[in-house]
Amino acid sequence: MTAEEQLAGWGRRPVVTAVVQTSANLEEATDGASATRGLGRAYGDAALPRCAGAVIACTRLGDRVLHLDPAAGVLRAEAGLSLARLDALALPRGLACPVVPGTEQVTLGGMVAADIHGKNQHTAGCFGDHLRALRLRVGDGRIVDVSPREEPELFRATIGAMGLTGHILEVELSLERVPSPWIWQEVDAVRGLEPLLERLREASRSWPFTVAWIDGVARDPAGARGVLFRGRWATRGEAPAALPLPRRPICIGRDAPDWLLGRSLVGAFNRVYAWASRRRPSPVSPWRFFFPLDAIADWNRLYGRRGLLQYQCVVPSDRGGAARRVLDTVARFGEPSFLSVLKDFGRHGLGAISFAMPGTTLALDFPHGPRAQALVDALNEVVVAEGGRVYLAKDLLTRAEHFRAMEPRLDAWLAVRRKWDPEGRIATALSVRLLGDAA
Amino acid sequence: MKVVVLGATGGIGRALSRRMAARGARMFLLGRDPYGLAASGKDLEAHGARVPVGSASCDLLQPETFATALERADSDLDGFDTVVLTAALFATQQRLEAEPALLHRLLLADFAHAVEFCEEARRRLLARGGGTLCVVSSVAGERARKPVVLYGAAKAGLTHYLEGLDHRFRGAGLRTVCVKPGFVRTAMTAGLPVPPFAGDPDRVAQTVLAAIDRGQPVVYAPPIWRWIGAALRALPRAVLRRVEF
Repeated sequence: MTAEEQLAGWGRRPVVTAVVQTSANLEEATDGASATRGLGRAYGDAALPRCAGAVIACTRLGDRVLHLDPAAGVLRAEAGLSLARLDALALPRGLACPVVPGTEQVTLGGMVAADIHGKNQHTAGCFGDHLRALRLRVGDGRIVDVSPREEPELFRATIGAMGLTGHILEVELSLERVPSPWIWQEVDAVRGLEPLLERLREASRSWPFTVAWIDGVARDPAGARGVLFRGRWATRGEAPAALPLPRRPICIGRDAPDWLLGRSLVGAFNRVYAWASRRRPSPVSPWRFFFPLDAIADWNRLYGRRGLLQYQCVVPSDRGGAARRVLDTVARFGEPSFLSVLKDFGRHGLGAISFAMPGTTLALDFPHGPRAQALVDALNEVVVAEGGRVYLAKDLLTRAEHFRAMEPRLDAWLAVRRKWDPEGRIATALSVRLLGDAA
Repeated sequence: MKVVVLGATGGIGRALSRRMAARGARMFLLGRDPYGLAASGKDLEAHGARVPVGSASCDLLQPETFATALERADSDLDGFDTVVLTAALFATQQRLEAEPALLHRLLLADFAHAVEFCEEARRRLLARGGGTLCVVSSVAGERARKPVVLYGAAKAGLTHYLEGLDHRFRGAGLRTVCVKPGFVRTAMTAGLPVPPFAGDPDRVAQTVLAAIDRGQPVVYAPPIWRWIGAALRALPRAVLRRVEF
């Protein structure tokens, strides 16, 4: 089925017309398409057409499990399989996806394309580290199977490449065996950025899942409220007897007014959040622990008609105070960041241009506004100076010259990409913006 | 539950099959595309269906395939007790008016051949004392409306037949479930403007499975369509002639 549709990223800006090809058969859906799109959770322009009217394949209906071996912990599925469905199949069998992002509404293909990371990056690495094989449709239309042994160069070039080396059709990965489907969670309030980062690093030495949250509204990061989350899969003894159940999300269904996420209300929310998160160590459902925002199906509409801007970067750990300099830049602009999340990374991603590197990552949310470009430019100047990089799954406004300055690996990856797509048939709005692809 | 499904590879059929599989059902799939059937079979096994999920070729546009396909299902499942028909064709009124060949295929698939398939299935079910026949019709068959004159006519005929089947054979043990979905977001409706009360295939499947459990002769999904359907039936002709929905 082919139809013209208005598409936008999760940030809801910009809106672009595309011809969307939808089919339960992904070989059909991707035939002649210039890019692939899953559940549309990339914030910026990673899954938007290279130009208005370009053909985009939608993988939403290609979500069948093709092979599931619970004993070996191996799953192969069509690229449109959502993490939500994967979790529903795996958890009752004592298995779990080894790496999960902050939302369950993503597809396997999207998780490969962004080489997503999670709260266990410091121990488990990124999603790409757990892949066994991929089936791709490359630029000239051929179907190619890749794995660490078969076409390893294309395999590595595809992980974290935002779908720009080919359409991802099938994904095979190893699942993790877990003692129970519950998470043992411990939460602490910590005041100030430096103590929070120190506690985060310390927690990561003994916990598989760690993440920190800091009040992005505070004018001085040194005194900002912070919350540290630690978790691990609960032992059988700690876990409740029943299986945890996913919540049915509420749906706002309309745009919130623009004043809702202004400085004063965000500040008040963050205060309440910091207070409310102080609770005793306890088993919680994996949905509450990993995907708290999924409780509201369309939370991006809270930002009103102007849309929302996410910015996520990683800065290497060998430079003291890098995270501080990023947050200082935000404070200087006076933009209230609703959600500011900090996470320590332990290692590089497997992909040729994967996002992750050892260091600290910061994810910030802003309402989209007239100063957005200036803010992103200023943040990117800091990131370039620190030797860090930005996360393309969330990016919309990074300039090509900044991206190139962050990516010494770019030329090697581009050479592989050209080898498999010499005519440049696969491109997205993101690759037009950052790589200079023809629109 | 031993169930045969024609239409399990996509849309409501896929969602309903997955829910049946999750209960550990024994399943047999009918359809046109062997690759699609094999992939859906594996998917249903992963969702909990008894291994292996078999399949046979069957095409709603080729009624001569029905008997053989159901025969194979019968021997594979050692006598099925439930038959589900979700396969159908859909096209907009404009396209059907412009393309007579497409209209011909749609009328055959959605009415004439659908009835023939049901007849073949109900004969086999009745021969062993009954069972469940669940067929997806549509709210488009509820009342004649301008945007769905032709599609709606086929579905109205199908609904009418299913009601008759229920009257005639319920006493003999045949439980007929006529599903009347409103707009559901599937491949069939991709690209159409999404109206209010649009349904999600999995939620629709949940409603349908509950109706199969109860042997409910008519089920609307999403359930709000029960009331919209009642309102539509009550509208005078003079009104329906003027409005565009």
